[in-house]
Amino acid sequence: MPETTTDPDLVREPSSDEDRSALAQLVRDPGRVWGYVGVPLVVAVSWIAAYRWVSALELDSIEQRWLNAERVTRAIVEHLQLSLAATVLVIVIAVPLGIVLTRPFAKPLTPVFIGIANVGQAIPSVGLLFFLALPFALGIGERTATVGVVAYCLLPVLRNTMVGIQQVDRALIEAGRGMGLTRGAVLARIELPLAVPVILAGIRTALILTVGTMALATFINAGGLGDLINGGIVNNRTPILLTGAVLTAGLALLIDWVAGIAEEVLRPRGL
Amino acid sequence: MEYMIRLEDLTKRFPGQVAVESVYMDIPQGEVVVFVGPSGCGKTTTLKMINRLIEPTSGRIFLEDEDVTRINADRLRRRIGYVIQQVGLFPHMTIASNIATVPRTLGWDKQRIAERIDELLALVGMDPEVYRDRYPKELSGGQNQRVGVARALAADPAVMLMDEPFGAVDPITRERLQNEFLRLQDEVNKTICFVTHDVDEAIKMGDRIAIFGDDHRIQQFDTPEMILSHPANEFVEDFLGSGAALKRLHLRRVREVGLTEWLTADLDEDRDTLRRKLEEEADQGFLLLLDPQRRPVRWVSNRDLERAAGPVADRGLPVAAIIEPHTTLHDALNEMITSNVGCAVVVDRHGAYQGVVDIDTVMTAVDVLRSELRERLAVGSWHAVPAEEVTS
Repeated sequence: MPETTTDPDLVREPSSDEDRSALAQLVRDPGRVWGYVGVPLVVAVSWIAAYRWVSALELDSIEQRWLNAERVTRAIVEHLQLSLAATVLVIVIAVPLGIVLTRPFAKPLTPVFIGIANVGQAIPSVGLLFFLALPFALGIGERTATVGVVAYCLLPVLRNTMVGIQQVDRALIEAGRGMGLTRGAVLARIELPLAVPVILAGIRTALILTVGTMALATFINAGGLGDLINGGIVNNRTPILLTGAVLTAGLALLIDWVAGIAEEVLRPRGL
Repeated sequence: MEYMIRLEDLTKRFPGQVAVESVYMDIPQGEVVVFVGPSGCGKTTTLKMINRLIEPTSGRIFLEDEDVTRINADRLRRRIGYVIQQVGLFPHMTIASNIATVPRTLGWDKQRIAERIDELLALVGMDPEVYRDRYPKELSGGQNQRVGVARALAADPAVMLMDEPFGAVDPITRERLQNEFLRLQDEVNKTICFVTHDVDEAIKMGDRIAIFGDDHRIQQFDTPEMILSHPANEFVEDFLGSGAALKRLHLRRVREVGLTEWLTADLDEDRDTLRRKLEEEADQGFLLLLDPQRRPVRWVSNRDLERAAGPVADRGLPVAAIIEPHTTLHDALNEMITSNVGCAVVVDRHGAYQGVVDIDTVMTAVDVLRSELRERLAVGSWHAVPAEEVTS
């Protein structure tokens, strides 16, 4: 039996009944349950309401052409595919870039890259898409839309990756290096895990931005839910516009909700 | 091998300024060497040059007779324990994983690592069953610093570097950690370099002290006793400050002086027996009550016993000044002065009563210290006194 001292400060016995599982926290704090259930509930209600409203209407021929299961489903699938592809690209580009830019040798390059990413953010997203769609750039279509949205959404992930790594307590890095961990080991075992919450927050922001911005892809003929919104506007048909808008907004909310749960699950314990 | 660490003409210059100027130092195996000095004097830089967190501009570092100035720094650091003021426990890892950091890097197998973790936690006085799977934020500052020490000891390095390890905890915890550290050092017997800006801590902890000056050089490198009695120059004298004589009490521990027996009684003894005991020993106005584990509980006087009935355990005064055998006389004296009875109760590791230290004990010790010093000066060999001679 090991020795324990009688100093109250030193023997702060942890309460053994403390259950730190996510489920137990939910039970203790009913408010959090609404955080998990509320969003999908609101989305479901708004989608059902929109559906019932539209089905109750007498649709004319234009509306019928737009608002059928096949076309709406295709728009949703396109939208999700484009958003997913763009987000994956954003992560694949921005996270490694952010890591590299926090390495000591890259210090002089940091402002340059932040500047470029900032430009992407400063230009209105529509402008960015048109700019890229100029004939001598990438032409119109899905590829251009993806590139444009990626350029637009890169910044939050890039910046959060850099900030996330830079905010790691210098003392921890010194402790790690002082124990003989290599630079790589310090990055992999200390800096990155501790930056995960901040990086995830950036990815979450990028996801929402992507899903929202992707509605503009319709202007360069890349499809997605923007088709419905724009179709509703140019044809002066509110049900089409509304369906597109409700679907886009709901999708963005749902994806944010999923990302929020992913954040909770992926955050390192002990923080 | 005469030394564990040897620093040879070690110098560090940063652009436009000197941090450490030509340090020579031999650190014998098993000694605690404290680097002390005003801020910006180069003590921390010197420490960090030993594990090459800061690369020296010139000069050489030897570890166990090997020139390590140019070898792979990461591999060198795995042979040297490192404790910093901020503790630096990795918050996303359990206590066990924190301690396992270096062994894992060295490729130990799981079984060996697990055994080592439990052994180290027990060594720093923490129950492995309770703390193994906890996270640093669930522990107090003092507990975290102990884990920091355990982590530094994980791969059983011969050398430990400690950069103001007790700088960030409150004074009470600090003193406790210091005492624990000294007890631990008795067990593990490492060669330790220890940075502090606190002279008292340096005198208490160090087998030898290196005092750094504003000119980034070592002003004096000697045993605490010699530094206190023979400061090398005015700077050292100023840095030690007033009360050098009082500070010398840091050099004697309670276990090195004779304890005085005090009148004790068991809690369950009846009132009359207690009163009779007190009357027989009239010069001791108080009786020390011990619980069944012989832990001191209350001081009671005859007057306390005269009052109305009720459990004896509620009578008298609580025992405030409790010290352990490795407490320095300086701290013991401090406790004594704050105690309501004028003496400090000495207990062993399990809290059981051993005896008391009173002001006479301290005075005797001061006399002995003084005459020892006089003898040594008469022989004229004072600058070559090994530390073990001083403390034995």
